[in-house]
Amino acid sequence: MRPEPFGALLYHFGTRRLSFLKNQRVLTVVRSLADHPSARAACTAAGVTEAELPAYARALAALAESTMISERTLHDFRS
Amino acid sequence: MTFAPDTVSPGKLTDLFQLGLDAPICLTWELTYACNLSCVHCLSSSGRRDPRELSTDECKAVIDTMQRMQVFYVNIGGGEPTVRPDFWELVDYATAHQVGVKFSTNGVKITPEVAARLAASDYVDVQISLDGATAEVNDAVRGPGSYATAMRAMQNLADAGFRGFKLSVVMTRQNIPQMDEFKAIADRYGAQLRLTRLRPSGRGADVWDELHPLPAQQKQLYDWLVARGEQVLTGDSFFHLSAFGSALPGLNLCGAGRVVCLIDPVGDVYACPFAIHENFLAGNVRDAGGFETVWKTSELFQDLRKPDTGGACKSCGFYDSCRGGCMAAKFFTGLPMDGPDPECVQGYGEAALTSLDAGSGAGPVVAVPRPSVDHSHRTSPSSARPSSARPSSSRTPVPVTIAPRRPPSHDCDESPLAGFAAQ
Amino acid sequence: MAEHETEHAAETEALTSDELLVEEVSIDGMCGVY
Repeated sequence: MRPEPFGALLYHFGTRRLSFLKNQRVLTVVRSLADHPSARAACTAAGVTEAELPAYARALAALAESTMISERTLHDFRS
Repeated sequence: MTFAPDTVSPGKLTDLFQLGLDAPICLTWELTYACNLSCVHCLSSSGRRDPRELSTDECKAVIDTMQRMQVFYVNIGGGEPTVRPDFWELVDYATAHQVGVKFSTNGVKITPEVAARLAASDYVDVQISLDGATAEVNDAVRGPGSYATAMRAMQNLADAGFRGFKLSVVMTRQNIPQMDEFKAIADRYGAQLRLTRLRPSGRGADVWDELHPLPAQQKQLYDWLVARGEQVLTGDSFFHLSAFGSALPGLNLCGAGRVVCLIDPVGDVYACPFAIHENFLAGNVRDAGGFETVWKTSELFQDLRKPDTGGACKSCGFYDSCRGGCMAAKFFTGLPMDGPDPECVQGYGEAALTSLDAGSGAGPVVAVPRPSVDHSHRTSPSSARPSSARPSSSRTPVPVTIAPRRPPSHDCDESPLAGFAAQ
Repeated sequence: MAEHETEHAAETEALTSDELLVEEVSIDGMCGVY
């Protein structure tokens, strides 16, 4: 994980995929995932509003799918 | 440019790069200009070692910098990087310092022992160069015996259990008909196929007219790549073909000075390996502040990071997909940077080249930009090059920066093949 | 209700890349590396 002026870059040596985190808030969320009981909690703690949650859910799902991050618990974002 | 607040749409990736990345995402590092081959299209005009090459310690200092900057991986090339006596020492040093390595080779030193060693490492990837699916097509470009060398290297890698190494091809008029065979060769050795674009860079300028794909072949290549998706790599070298339809996988933009750059064997930092010319020279790793300072503060890179206005291409509906194409391709064919790529799929590039020719009237043939350094073998056919103008055309003078002429590489007694034993 | 439907459609519609917070690419997907 490499912070950048716009957000951050993540590189996975195994999959050879590069992920661009396009703002500071999504970087904060990703970094704080381990400290919160759920992804939703991490988002809320980082200041993500209800309206913005779907976009963040999508972002985290993309990272999970490419194994940049992995699920610790099953969590459903659908309200 | 102010940084957008988090609540606003994050925008396109291209916009993000205007802020400049703290480090290149990946970069090409040519370790030596020495090479056992003399490929006719060599982008770095390699062959003879330059006596001012970075020393082992200087190379390690560059690696230390890359580690500090968190460069994810470096593509080591040349010339033929494996002919450097300290090649393995440097690769090991890089991987021990968190910098992943992919090295590009013609296969000359990939013995079974070397292959076994590579197969055992998680952070070293190999890329074998091949430009023909048959010896006839390949050796016409890369020289006699080069096809056999590449095949042997790939067999050794496959036998050692190295799956997923790269087989990288430069697409030409002669080998586009062989795309299926290239895929078959890659599959046979458990390699991943990579197809890349021929640029009129280095010795490529001399063979561009005969070797660059014809318009119909470009479409054929594009369709073939689309059908194979992420199975076949391209190094994002065909983003200029995006105007044919949907974009191919990749960033789809020119990475020069923004996400990539080149460090050459004498430490010069260029915007891109296809742009080895004074106009694209950002600095040298031996300058005070080293590579990091060059990357972050050089005038050239700051200039390249400014937003693209599109120039003459902005009225074209396809500009958003093709981004005006390849800077190096335009530069070395004498086209303006703010206009179409010479291989623009709409035909604007060809038209621009024609009007350049027409504009020169009855004047003498004038050279397109050429770099002042050339490390070609003196005995290679390419070193007896004809005038660097396009054949059967004449041009208006191309404005070029007259940089102070660099000292010519002097004769180097040391053979680039010192220490190399035939396989 | 029409408004409600529109909101739902907007939410489930694929986001354009401009709106994606995370974009991914292969490390091979940068131009300028041979």
